[in-house]
Amino acid sequence: MDTVAGHARAEEHQQHPIAIYLWIWALLFIFSTFSYLIDYFHLHGYLRWSLIITFMLLKAGFIVAVFMHMAWERLALKFAILVPPLCLLILIGLMAVEGDYTFLTRLAAFLR
Amino acid sequence: MAEHALTTSGESTSALPGLPGVVSDWSADKQAFPVPWGKAMMWIFLLSDTFIFTCFLTSYMNVRISTTVPWPNPSEVFSLDIGGAHIPLILIAIMTMVLITSSGTMAMAVNFGYRRHRANTTALMLITAAFGATFVGMQAFEWTKLIREGVRPWGNPLGATQFGSCFFMITGFHGLHVSAGVIYLTVVALRVWRGFYDRKGSYETVEITGLYWHFVDLVWVFIFAFFYLW
Repeated sequence: MDTVAGHARAEEHQQHPIAIYLWIWALLFIFSTFSYLIDYFHLHGYLRWSLIITFMLLKAGFIVAVFMHMAWERLALKFAILVPPLCLLILIGLMAVEGDYTFLTRLAAFLR
Repeated sequence: MAEHALTTSGESTSALPGLPGVVSDWSADKQAFPVPWGKAMMWIFLLSDTFIFTCFLTSYMNVRISTTVPWPNPSEVFSLDIGGAHIPLILIAIMTMVLITSSGTMAMAVNFGYRRHRANTTALMLITAAFGATFVGMQAFEWTKLIREGVRPWGNPLGATQFGSCFFMITGFHGLHVSAGVIYLTVVALRVWRGFYDRKGSYETVEITGLYWHFVDLVWVFIFAFFYLW
């Protein structure tokens, strides 16, 4: 009934094959397992951080691009949503510098 | 004028691809985003939520860098003893898997919605809500465990004082989003079941609900990386 009428106008613009969702779903599981194993096997230093951030960005990218359908939106919408968060990188950079500075001042004050 | 002359196929200039498309979408005297207004507004809301969560995570980063007291090791704090074995961070790993599973079922629900499979859409949305409720339940367990161990927003016996305030603030705000999402999903799922969107002629609301739910999963990706794996 509903489905019969639906097939006639099934050409909605956000209609994609189910296979692509299953692939992304599987990838998210794999990346999460890898992230967990990084902690489980006590990796440290730059290796740990490069792997954690790589898996994090891959997961975030796949969720936004495929699950949230951003890959199929017009460039104007992509820019409007994805460019403003780049300002946050400045905030993060400033606060990292600020945190280091506070840490050093605390050390200087406590160790005097 | 020149752009109108360029489109010889008779299409509207709004269909231009790439950068010329951005210019024409923004400059013409018309709607900038060719998506339903609800979807555009949900994206704008999620953008503002991105700023809120980034502020939380950035302040957490700042206090963690600046403290001179050792930070509690999340790998140990969130470990569990299962069947005599001591497994580090296992609770958080399970919570992550639960949330990713729910994101997958939500993506399928949106897909079935556009195919107008009413029963499948309803079932998948309710399954998504059930996974969400499971996640919140596990978070309640985690909070209870930490509170019993003496972790408070103003101090804890494990190390740096700021651990408690960051933990309760960040996971609490995320948990609030998941709880709200469970209610949102249930309401929309029941509307799907009653045929509301068939009468309306559009299943876009299911996709908009999906945007919110995937965002909740997205935030968890960052919390998992920065709070639990750091």
